Amino acid sequence: MEEGGGVTKKFLYVNRRAPYGSIYALESLEVVLIGAAFEQDVSLAFIDDGVYQLKKGQATDGIGMKNFSPTYNALGDYDINKIYVDKDSLEQRGLTLDDLMNLTWEDENENYAEKPSISLVNSEELAALMEQQDVVLSF
Amino acid sequence: MTLHTVNKSPFETNSLETCLRLVRSGHNVLLFEDGVYGASKGTRFENMLTEAMQNCKVYILLPDFEARGMQTDSLISGIETVDYTGFVDLVTASERVQSWL
Repeated sequence: MEEGGGVTKKFLYVNRRAPYGSIYALESLEVVLIGAAFEQDVSLAFIDDGVYQLKKGQATDGIGMKNFSPTYNALGDYDINKIYVDKDSLEQRGLTLDDLMNLTWEDENENYAEKPSISLVNSEELAALMEQQDVVLSF
Repeated sequence: MTLHTVNKSPFETNSLETCLRLVRSGHNVLLFEDGVYGASKGTRFENMLTEAMQNCKVYILLPDFEARGMQTDSLISGIETVDYTGFVDLVTASERVQSWL
């Protein structure tokens, strides 16, 4: 339940763009982190080229841009541990779960056991997830 | 009920395709800005839209369609038109709006 006495809403951030080619991915991540301070029920979805945001081994030295991918590892510390990746989008790009960063969170109810944050979902699961939200923010 | 909005040409991005893949029965879809190009007969998206309309309603923002030189007789049958007020009515009648950018 909320601590500040406010209303807790379900927020879904939908990410459909690759990183670096446009500002969407970084902006989304920043909004997610800012939003985390408001203790809402947050989920993230990665669809279409958005799945590239979670690709392991990003190295941006050669393009003079900040590699912001390590920041996704911090999401667990902000209690953001519901990260849904569209299975179809991943498969269409020749990727599997092993190609993505191993994002985890610590479950304080289970002696801080480290648990995976990413779930692969199919179209039906994703559609159902979207329908449960109070607010959907698209990037 | 969710209102899904698409404002990009289906030839430019896959927003319309992904929207239609994830739309649920009973939802509404509104095409506006360059999204209206998907509403014309004879494009490669026509079947996709016709199929989607078995379970949900599809609208276009008519001013955007007309602004691009399109006539309503070239509209895929079943697609309804709204003006700006109709757009607002769709939004207020929905539990949430999901924009496909």
